[in-house]
Amino acid sequence: MTARIRKLIVQVDETRIEMGRAIDPPTRRALAMAVIDNPYAGRYVENLDELIAIGEELGGLLGDKCVAALGIAPSEAESYGKAAIVGEAGELEHAAAILHPKLGAPLRKAVEKGAALVPSAKKRGGLGTAIDVPLGHKDAAFVRSHFDAMEARVSDAPRANEIVVAVVVTDSGRPSPRIGGLQVHEVVGEDGLR
Amino acid sequence: MIEIRRTLTQVEDILHEFGPVPGRPQRRGTIAIVLTNPFAGRYVEDIVPMMDALTPVGIDMAQRLRQAMDVPVERIESYGKGAIVGSAGEIEHGALWHVPGGYAMRELLGWKGDRVAYAKGQGDPKTGQQGNALAIVPATKKVGGPGTMLDVPLTHINAAYVRSHFDAIEVKVPGAPAADELVFILAMSTGARIHQRVGGLKAADIALWNGLR
Repeated sequence: MTARIRKLIVQVDETRIEMGRAIDPPTRRALAMAVIDNPYAGRYVENLDELIAIGEELGGLLGDKCVAALGIAPSEAESYGKAAIVGEAGELEHAAAILHPKLGAPLRKAVEKGAALVPSAKKRGGLGTAIDVPLGHKDAAFVRSHFDAMEARVSDAPRANEIVVAVVVTDSGRPSPRIGGLQVHEVVGEDGLR
Repeated sequence: MIEIRRTLTQVEDILHEFGPVPGRPQRRGTIAIVLTNPFAGRYVEDIVPMMDALTPVGIDMAQRLRQAMDVPVERIESYGKGAIVGSAGEIEHGALWHVPGGYAMRELLGWKGDRVAYAKGQGDPKTGQQGNALAIVPATKKVGGPGTMLDVPLTHINAAYVRSHFDAIEVKVPGAPAADELVFILAMSTGARIHQRVGGLKAADIALWNGLR
């Protein structure tokens, strides 16, 4: 099963100045979203394999689009996150089927490595519903400078029988991180935590 | 005078809207910049100098948008622009974007071939078309808080009455504009609405090359 995609959207958010201070180089976050048909809309289906396969397909597609939009080498990606909004004829478990079993491996390939858990969010929503995609450092979840979130939203989706799938990849943390914690240069990057 | 704090580009491919899937998706793109409003919090009579200062900013944005859309200029068929003014500014500050925003896209898409002939309004001897981007660039603007959404209108670049290309695209910059900020927006699209079928003037039937029909 391949995803039937209605829309693909890619955003790049670049911060050059924050609170009057120049951010050099600017922090940049890329968001890629796909609006897809929900093959299980309107009924209870026990086995969700089709959505699991779609998740695998979209992990690579959306991850690659983010990296391409940033114009970076995969190894230069620093943090990531994922999310899904299920239209009202679907159930929350449909978002889980896309996000959790198989989306991660191709996304990690797109950003090279990725020892850390990919933070996620999901909800049911209507057209234009926004979801805040949580972000964490791709190799060490405790890196405090890279805890962040990016808003994802499609004005005309999800229709009742659709799902919005979002992936975010950044090449940086927050613009002016200064609350301590584990620093990027201290990352070991083996256990995904530190 | 110009201090850009943030930029947000978005590129959207529309493959279908539950109808027959066309061979090529419609691609729509927007670029929004967040900049400091130098006039925030007070009434300034002469704001026109900022309009001039925005000219190169607009040209850079149009080029960046075209680059993000990753299509040749020949494929851009419609355009629009907009402004969102933070709460310590006035709507007139948003109006500063009309000239530099529109000029930027016409500069990018405008003349094909002979720039001098275009400037003189001389047309191609066969079709009468003297260039591209002949139509007015439609615009919306408002005063709003952080995360305010703006519907940016889109119309055909050569004839404002081409019905298939009447469209609009939402632009929202989460967190902006703050009270002392301005958001300036450009939008472009590669074609008509994905399943356009309500008749009217077709792009193929543009004949007067006066920006309208």
